[in-house]
Amino acid sequence: MTDLRLYLLVPLAPLAGAIAAGLFGRRIGRAGAHWAAIAGVAISFGASCLVFADALNGAEFNGPVYTWLVSGGTRFEIGFLIDRLSALMMVVVSFVSLMVHIYTVGYMADDPGYQRFFAYTALFTFSMLMLVMANNFLQLFFGWEAVGLVSYLLIGFWYTRPTAIYASLKAFLVNRVGDFGFLIGVALVLAYFGPLDYAAVFSRAPAMAHATIEVIPGAPWLLVSAICIGLFVGAMGKSAQFPLHVWLPDSMEGPTPISALIHAATMVTAGIFMVARMSPLFELSETALALVLLIGGITAFFMALIAIVQYDIKRVVAYSTLSQLGYMTVALGASAYSAAIFHLMTHAFFKALLFLGAGSVIIALHHEQDMRKMGGLWKYMLIGAIASVGVPGFAGFFSKDAIIEAVHLSKTPFAGFAWLAVTLCVFVTAFYTFRLVFYAFHGKERFESHDHAPHESPAVVTVPLVLLAIPSICAGWVIGPMLYGDYFGSSIQIAPSHSGLREMAEEFHGVLPMMAHAVKTIPFWLTLAGIVAAWYLYILKPELHVKLRQKAGVLVTVLEEKYARAGSATACGGSAT
Amino acid sequence: MPPSAHWLSLSIWVPIVAGLAVLATGADKNAREARIIALVGAGLGFLVTIPLVAGFDTGTSAMQFVEKAPWIERFNVNYHLGVDGISVLFILLNSFITVLVVLAGWEVIRDKVAQYMAAFLVMSGLLNGTFAALDAVLFYVFFESTLIPMYLVIGVWGGPNRVYAAVKFFLYTLLGSLLMLVAFLYLYNKSGGSFAVLDYHKLPLPLDAQVLLFVAFLLAFAVKVPMWPVHTWLPDAHVEAPTGGSAVLAAILLKLGAYGFVRFSLPILPDASRYLAGFMITLSLIAIVYIGLVALVQTDMKKLIAYSSISHMGFVTLGFFIFNAYGMEGGLVQMISHGFVSAALFLCVGVMYDRMHSRNIADYGGVANTMPKFAALMVFFAMANCGLPATSGFVGEFMVILGAMKFNFWIAFLAGTTLVFGAAYTLWMVKRVIFGEVGNKHVAELSDASARELLVLGLLAIAVLWLGVHPAPFTEIMHASVSELLKHLAVSKL
Repeated sequence: MTDLRLYLLVPLAPLAGAIAAGLFGRRIGRAGAHWAAIAGVAISFGASCLVFADALNGAEFNGPVYTWLVSGGTRFEIGFLIDRLSALMMVVVSFVSLMVHIYTVGYMADDPGYQRFFAYTALFTFSMLMLVMANNFLQLFFGWEAVGLVSYLLIGFWYTRPTAIYASLKAFLVNRVGDFGFLIGVALVLAYFGPLDYAAVFSRAPAMAHATIEVIPGAPWLLVSAICIGLFVGAMGKSAQFPLHVWLPDSMEGPTPISALIHAATMVTAGIFMVARMSPLFELSETALALVLLIGGITAFFMALIAIVQYDIKRVVAYSTLSQLGYMTVALGASAYSAAIFHLMTHAFFKALLFLGAGSVIIALHHEQDMRKMGGLWKYMLIGAIASVGVPGFAGFFSKDAIIEAVHLSKTPFAGFAWLAVTLCVFVTAFYTFRLVFYAFHGKERFESHDHAPHESPAVVTVPLVLLAIPSICAGWVIGPMLYGDYFGSSIQIAPSHSGLREMAEEFHGVLPMMAHAVKTIPFWLTLAGIVAAWYLYILKPELHVKLRQKAGVLVTVLEEKYARAGSATACGGSAT
Repeated sequence: MPPSAHWLSLSIWVPIVAGLAVLATGADKNAREARIIALVGAGLGFLVTIPLVAGFDTGTSAMQFVEKAPWIERFNVNYHLGVDGISVLFILLNSFITVLVVLAGWEVIRDKVAQYMAAFLVMSGLLNGTFAALDAVLFYVFFESTLIPMYLVIGVWGGPNRVYAAVKFFLYTLLGSLLMLVAFLYLYNKSGGSFAVLDYHKLPLPLDAQVLLFVAFLLAFAVKVPMWPVHTWLPDAHVEAPTGGSAVLAAILLKLGAYGFVRFSLPILPDASRYLAGFMITLSLIAIVYIGLVALVQTDMKKLIAYSSISHMGFVTLGFFIFNAYGMEGGLVQMISHGFVSAALFLCVGVMYDRMHSRNIADYGGVANTMPKFAALMVFFAMANCGLPATSGFVGEFMVILGAMKFNFWIAFLAGTTLVFGAAYTLWMVKRVIFGEVGNKHVAELSDASARELLVLGLLAIAVLWLGVHPAPFTEIMHASVSELLKHLAVSKL
C-alpha cells in the first residue's frame, strides 16, 4: 500500500496548497499563498517523477481509493490507473504547472487577487492530475468537469472586465456542449458494458465490437461508434476542435500564465489524452476514427490560417494552439496514439515556453519601450517558435513529422484530406510563427515612450523559461523508444489493420538519420518556405504585406471574422454583456 | 436501540412544542427570547432525528422506529409512524433546514418575530409527520396542515403581492389534494376498512381502478412537485415568500409531492404506474428542457431559481418512472441535493435582498467587488446547481441520466441537455449579478456576509460537498427499500 500513498500524494499535495491559499489566503499572506501552492505542486512533481521512474521499470497499478457510490449493482469508484501513459502525463502536467506557478510569482506580483490566483492554479493541478490518473469513466468525468470549472474561474479571473467574464461564460457553456456528448458516451458505456472501470470495459470491448443499437429506430448503429462519437464530442469541447473551438481564442482574456498552463499545455490536451486512453474502443470503430481525422484536419489547417491575420500576440499563439491540437487529433484518427501523446508532450513544453515568453514580452512592453533591453527574453520565445514550426532537431519537429508520416500511411477514410491539411499547415505554421517573431522583435517604435526605468526580469520569470526551453529542444530525442519502441506497452492498443506506426518503426534508424532524412521530405521545405516568406513579407519588404492585405480583401475579411461573425467576443460580447 | 424509543414522535413534537413555546413569548418586545427559544427548539428538533440515521438498519426494507397507537378507533385510524430508507433522510434534511432557517431569519425578521419562528417550527414538525406517517388519514392530516403555516408565512411576511400568492398557493395545493382524500376513501373500502398504507401496497386492484387512483394521486402530488403544467403557483409563491419561506418551500415542501409518488402511487398502483410511465416521463422531460429554457429568460432572481427548481425536480420524477435502481436512487439523491442547493440559493438571494431590497438581476452587477466571501459561496452553489461533479447536484442528475440511458437513448439525450441549459441560466445570472464592474452605488455600499450568514451558507456548502464527494453513505440507507420497491413494482397486482 506504500504505492497508493505515493499516488495519493500526487493530487492531494496541490489540493492542500489550493485549500491553504484559497481559504486561508488572507491569514497566510501573499508569500504564504505562493509558497503553499508551489510547495504542493513541487511535491506533486517530485512524487510524479518517482511514479514515472517506477513505471519505466514496468510497475503498473490499477486499484480503487474509495467507493463513491453503489447503485443498481454497480460500484462507482474513485481509483487510480498508473501505467506509462498516465505516469508520463503526470510528469508533464506537474512539471509545466510547477514552472507556471513559479513564473506567476513574478507575473502576477502586483495583482490584488494574488492568493486567489494561486488557489485556482493549484486546484487546477489537482483536478488535472485526478483526470489523468483515473481508472474509470466516472473519475475521468469528475476531472473533466473540474478542470472546466477552474478554467471558467481563471478566464474570468479579472472579473470586472466585461470581455473576461463573457469569455469565461462562453468557455464554460461551449465546454458543456462537449461534456453533454461525453456524458452520453459514458452513459452508453454503463448501459451496455456494466461497470465503468477502464479495464473491465476494455476487456469486454472486443466481444461488443459488433453490437448495435438503434438510436434512430430502423437504423442500427455500431454501439462502439455511438460511444466513441459521444466521447469524442467531449474531446472536441475540451480540446477545442472545430466547431467547438470558439471558446479558446476568447479564453486569452485570462492572465497569461493560465493561457500557458490551461489553454495551451495541459487542460486542452485532456481530450487528446482521453481518446488515447480509449484506444481499445476507438480502434473498433472506423467511423469514429474517420470523424476524428476529419475534425482534426479541419482544425489544424483552418485555425492556422486565422493565425495569419491576428495582431494580438496571445491570439496568434491561441490559434496556433488550436492548430497544433488539430495535429494531435489527426494523429489519433490515424491510430498513431503514441504520436499524439508525443506531440502533446513536446507541445506542452514549447507552447508553455512560447506563452510565458509572450507574457514576458507583454510585461516588458508595458514597462519600457526599448526592446533591446528586454533582458534577452526573446531567446526563449525564439526557441519556442523554432520548436513549434518543427525545425529539425527541436522537439516539435520529431512529433509533427511522425504525425504527418503516420497519417500518410493511414487507410482510414479522410486520411488523405487530413494528410493534405497537416502538410499544408506546416507552411502556414512556419509563416505565422515567424510573422509573430519578426513583428515582436523587429518592430519600429510603435509604442508611446514612457519614463519607466529598464525593467530587469526577476529570476522567478527567467528560471521557468530556461527550464522549459531545455525540453523544448531535447524532448523530441526520445522518439525512438516512445513511438517505435514498446514504451506505452498495453496502455495503447492498435488494431492489426492500422499498421502505419509499425511500418514507420521499420524505417526508423535513429534520431540523426531521421533529421538527415527530413531534408528530403516536403514538410522540411514547407517549413523553410514559410519562414522565408514571413521574413520576406515582414522584414525585407514590410510594405508588401500591407498591399497584399488590401488585395486579398475578401479572404482577409473571412479570416478576420474567423469564418463567422459570431465567433469573437468583441463581435457579440458588447451586446451580450 | 430499544424499540420503545419514540424518536419519530420526538422529531414531530419537539419542534411543534418548541413552536408553541416561542409563540408564548408574545409581542416583539420579547423578540430576543423568541429567537433563542426557536433556535434551541430547532436544534433539539435536529438532534432527536440523528438517532434515526445512527440507529438505522440498512439491511432491511421494513419500516423502522415504528410507533402505533389507536387514534379514531371507530374508523380504524391509527397514529402509525415508521420510516424506511426512502423517508428517513427527508426527516433529517427537514430538521437540518429548520435550524438554518431560524438562523437565517435571526435579525432579518423584526416584525412578529415569535409568530414567524413559531410558524417554521410547527411546520417542521408537521413535515416530519408527513414523512413518517404510515396511516393514510394521519398522512393526509399532516400533508394538508403543512399548508397553513406556509400560507401564513407567505401571507404575513411576504412581499407586496403576498396575499395573491398565498391564496394561489393554498388553492392550488388544496384542490390538488382533495382527490387524494377520495382515493384514500376508495382504498379504505376496498381494503375492508383499513387506512394502513402498507396494507394498500398489497391490495390487488384492477387496471381501470388503478388508473383512476393514479390520476387522483397525480393531481395531489404533481401540484406539489410541481410538475409541468401545474407549476405556475410556484414562481409566484417564491417571489412573494420571505427568504426562509422560499428555502423551506423549495427544500422540503416540494419533496412531499415526489415522496408521495414513491410511497403511494408506485407501490399501490404498480400497473397504472407502468401503464402511464410514458406520460410521466414526457411531463418530466418537458419540465427539464422547457422549464430550463424558461429559467433562462427570467429577470427576477427568485423566479429564476424557482424555475430552476421545477427543472431539477423533473429529474426526480423522471428517475422514479424509468423503473431502475439508478433512476430511483438518483431521484431520491436529487431530492436531497435539491434541498441543500435550492435552499442555499434562496438564502443567497435573501442575503442580497436584505441589503438591496431588490430581486432584479438588473439592479445588481459586480457584487464580488464588495462581497467577496459571499460571492465565493454563491458561485459555489451556482456550480452545484449546474450539477458540477463533486457537488451534490451532480450525483442525482448523473444517476438519473445513466438510468434513463438503460431505458431509452433519447430520454437520456433530452435529460442530458440540462448540462448545457442548467449551466446557461445559472451562470448567466451569476455573471450579471456577481461579476463585472460595480453596477451602481447601492452595490458599492454593500457589506460582505456577516458571520451568521456565513455560518448558514457554510453549513450548506459542507453538506453539498459531502453529498457530492462521498454519496455512498446516503445511498446505502436507501438500497434495501429501493430494491424492495423495484421488486414490488415488477409484480402485477391485477
